[in-house]
Amino acid sequence: MIWIDTLAQGLLLGGLYALFAAGLSLVFGIMRLVNLAHGDLIILGAYLILTIAHATGLHPFVAVLLAAPLMFGLGWALQTFLLNRVLGNDILPPLLVTFGLSVVIQNGLLSAFTADSQKLTAGAIEAQSMDLGIVTLGVMPVLTFASAVAVVFALNQLFYRTALGRAFRATSDDAVTAQLMGIHPQRVFAMATGIAMVVATIAALYLGTRANFDPSIGPARLLYAFEAVIIGGLGSLWGTLAGGVVIGLAQAIGASVNPEWQILSGHLAFVLVLLIRPRGLFPRAND
Amino acid sequence: MNLSRPLGLIAALLALTTLYALPTFAPRAMVQDLFGILTLLVLAMNWNMLAGFAGLVSVGQQAFVGIGAYAMFAAVILMGLDPLVGVLIGGLAAAAFAVPMAFFAFRLNGAYFAIGTWVVADIARLAISQWKALGGGTGTSLPKGTAKDMAFVGPIKEALGVSTAAAADALTFWLMLTLAVAMLATSYVFLRSRMGLGLQAIRDNENAARSVGVDPLRIKAAVFVLAGFVTGLCGALAFIQITRVTPDAAFSVIDWTAFVIFITVIGGIGTLPGPIVGVIVFYALQRLLADYGTVYLIVLGCLGIAVMLFARRGLWGLFTDRSGIDPFPLTHRPPTSLALRHGDLK
Amino acid sequence: MSPLLQIAGLTAHYGDFQALFGVDLTLGQGETIAIIGANGAGKTTLMRAVTGVARVTAGAVTLAGDNITRLSAPDILVCGIAMVPEGRKLFASLTVEENLLIGAHARQGNGFWTLERVQSLFPILKERRHSPGTALSGGQQQMVAIGRALMSNPQVLLCDELSLGLAPVVIKEIYAAFPQIKSSGTSIIVVEQDIGQALRVADHVHCMMEGRITLSGRPDTLSRDAIHDAYFGVSHA
Ligand SMILES: Nc1ncnc2c1ncn2[C@@H]1O[C@H](COP(=O)(O)OP(=O)(O)OP(=O)(O)O)[C@@H](O)[C@H]1O
Ligand SMILES: [Mg+2]
Repeated sequence: MIWIDTLAQGLLLGGLYALFAAGLSLVFGIMRLVNLAHGDLIILGAYLILTIAHATGLHPFVAVLLAAPLMFGLGWALQTFLLNRVLGNDILPPLLVTFGLSVVIQNGLLSAFTADSQKLTAGAIEAQSMDLGIVTLGVMPVLTFASAVAVVFALNQLFYRTALGRAFRATSDDAVTAQLMGIHPQRVFAMATGIAMVVATIAALYLGTRANFDPSIGPARLLYAFEAVIIGGLGSLWGTLAGGVVIGLAQAIGASVNPEWQILSGHLAFVLVLLIRPRGLFPRAND
Repeated sequence: MNLSRPLGLIAALLALTTLYALPTFAPRAMVQDLFGILTLLVLAMNWNMLAGFAGLVSVGQQAFVGIGAYAMFAAVILMGLDPLVGVLIGGLAAAAFAVPMAFFAFRLNGAYFAIGTWVVADIARLAISQWKALGGGTGTSLPKGTAKDMAFVGPIKEALGVSTAAAADALTFWLMLTLAVAMLATSYVFLRSRMGLGLQAIRDNENAARSVGVDPLRIKAAVFVLAGFVTGLCGALAFIQITRVTPDAAFSVIDWTAFVIFITVIGGIGTLPGPIVGVIVFYALQRLLADYGTVYLIVLGCLGIAVMLFARRGLWGLFTDRSGIDPFPLTHRPPTSLALRHGDLK
Repeated sequence: MSPLLQIAGLTAHYGDFQALFGVDLTLGQGETIAIIGANGAGKTTLMRAVTGVARVTAGAVTLAGDNITRLSAPDILVCGIAMVPEGRKLFASLTVEENLLIGAHARQGNGFWTLERVQSLFPILKERRHSPGTALSGGQQQMVAIGRALMSNPQVLLCDELSLGLAPVVIKEIYAAFPQIKSSGTSIIVVEQDIGQALRVADHVHCMMEGRITLSGRPDTLSRDAIHDAYFGVSHA
């Protein structure tokens, strides 16, 4: 029975990792950009929610509604004024710029909020759980997982059912021809990064309500997110969710054997999947 | 113009002689400071070789520093060997680790290679944290008296008339300086060799390079493993002076990779003198902003970003472009094109 | 009456290489002109320069009196110039129908061409509307590319080598759509290597060689020999 419990915990943890990863996956799918600051931007989002909640007394679940548009604006501006300038054949500039950004955000947060651990307090819901007979699940983890599914579903709808999604795909296929259709690739990229930051804010909400955070934990989140994206297969959003679940399960199983092995097990699962299936579980056909 | 080369050579020789003579007259703190700078310089030259010339943007170099350091500690503590032998073992262990790491990370393309190497370095850190004989997650120290028993420390101590600790510092300093000079000289020779030119051709255009008979994978793998070896040596040597090792310190992405990346980028990635210029700027910044906590990291990050936006070949690139003087011509210049991926996005 | 599209002294470079040397060209309202020339003559470059994809280094492009030379490619489309690019360039991850719809991405207001009208112009596009664009035959892909360009309701339609790699009967089928496109009020520039086809559809023919226009005239007044010489660079000594 303890096994079922472990698997259930792992599955739900996977939801959180999928939330970390969804924005990364979206941006990579559209502009082949790997944002090394993604983890730190999630942490920035958590501090933003925290600040809003403190200033207004709002519940984090409400504060996130104010934080999300701000983060969208930040993502949009970041892409427009910084990242669009370095996208190109050479992978080095975007990598180094986002790496620089990561260090700047981390240390900026450190000067603004100190290294002390923080937490978003969501109240009674944090301690609530549901008894499903065979397992008892925390309400927060279930909510996290449900949000991950909802986010991936929504992003897929956006990607495959809307004019904006069509423009995303066309630009990703061939940016020059997309311009002949009246599409401004750089504006499309800015929208994509903005949306990715909204997803990052949702991830930040669950990150901050479930556990403590401090300015230094961004890079580790980036690694989990990255592992989920790669395991899932580049450019596949449902794959990213599956990838998150694989990492979550591996970590939960590892931790159940020895708590010190949690992270290591996740990393090893990633290496293993990649050795067996170099293109991930659900690779997109035309990549 | 014709005079600039011999003059530069004489200046370089003078500087080098002064550096080698430094422990005989300078205070110990200064020797230690310079040791730190030289450590970063060696790491930066290695990273420049990978990212600037082989197109391998690794964010996992801390793996080699950590493994080099831990192998050296294992050699001293568990096998009772001389630390200098430990340094060599550290380099070899790092090189040995680079082989499976390359096997894995080379499956990842471009940008994903960067995070892939980062993950592997994290695996190494977590695995070493499980090594209880070397203190697990809390780490361990070199036994008392290690420095005194180290080869050459006795004679140096007598010759310079200094304390054991200072003599050990002098020794590690000379070794690091030698490593830096050797690295610089080898890089110069290598980059002008057929293989080195092939490497740069690969970076600029992989397919073209393949079509003229250069095997990109083989050369890249060789460079990766060699850089791992030197990075391991450097890490082991650095931790002789630090004398205490923990997984977090030995595998620190900030200390051993982020700084190194910024140093190289600011100085001039893909240029030979770039890391030297960068390390000087880095040291100056660190000194200047010493009183402002993390501000220098923010400044460093912003500088790195600015360089990528406005001067992709860093300060050295700016200098050679402006002055037209390039004392280290590699005959093959790195790409300066700002062309967008899909052609011209107008 | 001033021409709809006027190209004056247009020059373009790829790096240091000059591909266009002061090209002059006019296109009247409702007119169809053809540009012919050997491989590498600069025809595609001219199309790309007009649509804002290639960088113009000198000269001007004017559409209905407005100077559009320095506009970005998306803005030039909005002004009313659409292109069927060389090699079709369909979007691989879009279906046939989505490929058509994306042609109307920047469209403002209504016009003659709608999804239904394009689909009735080329009925196969309706039949195969859910297939990936790139799963179609070359001729069918060319129809998608034309339809996609029409979806923006352009004043000027540029067609770069419609016949490239297609069988004669397919080429005929595609050009059979031209009268209807013309009657919708669209003016057309076709780039063709198929001289016969060019002479058949065009009101005016221009021959290009090494980045310059070397011969211009009405199809009925141009002699085969003159075209041949302009095409292959033989001078009348
Ligand atoms: N992207 C490019 N970079 C550099 N030179 C180019 C590029 N594209 C075209 N050229 C050169 O410009 C000249 C004109 O090419 P262009 O493609 O316009 O010719 P074309 O008339 O369309 O030929 P074709 O009939 O083969 O399509 C050629 O010499 C070609 O080599
Ligand atoms: Mg052409």
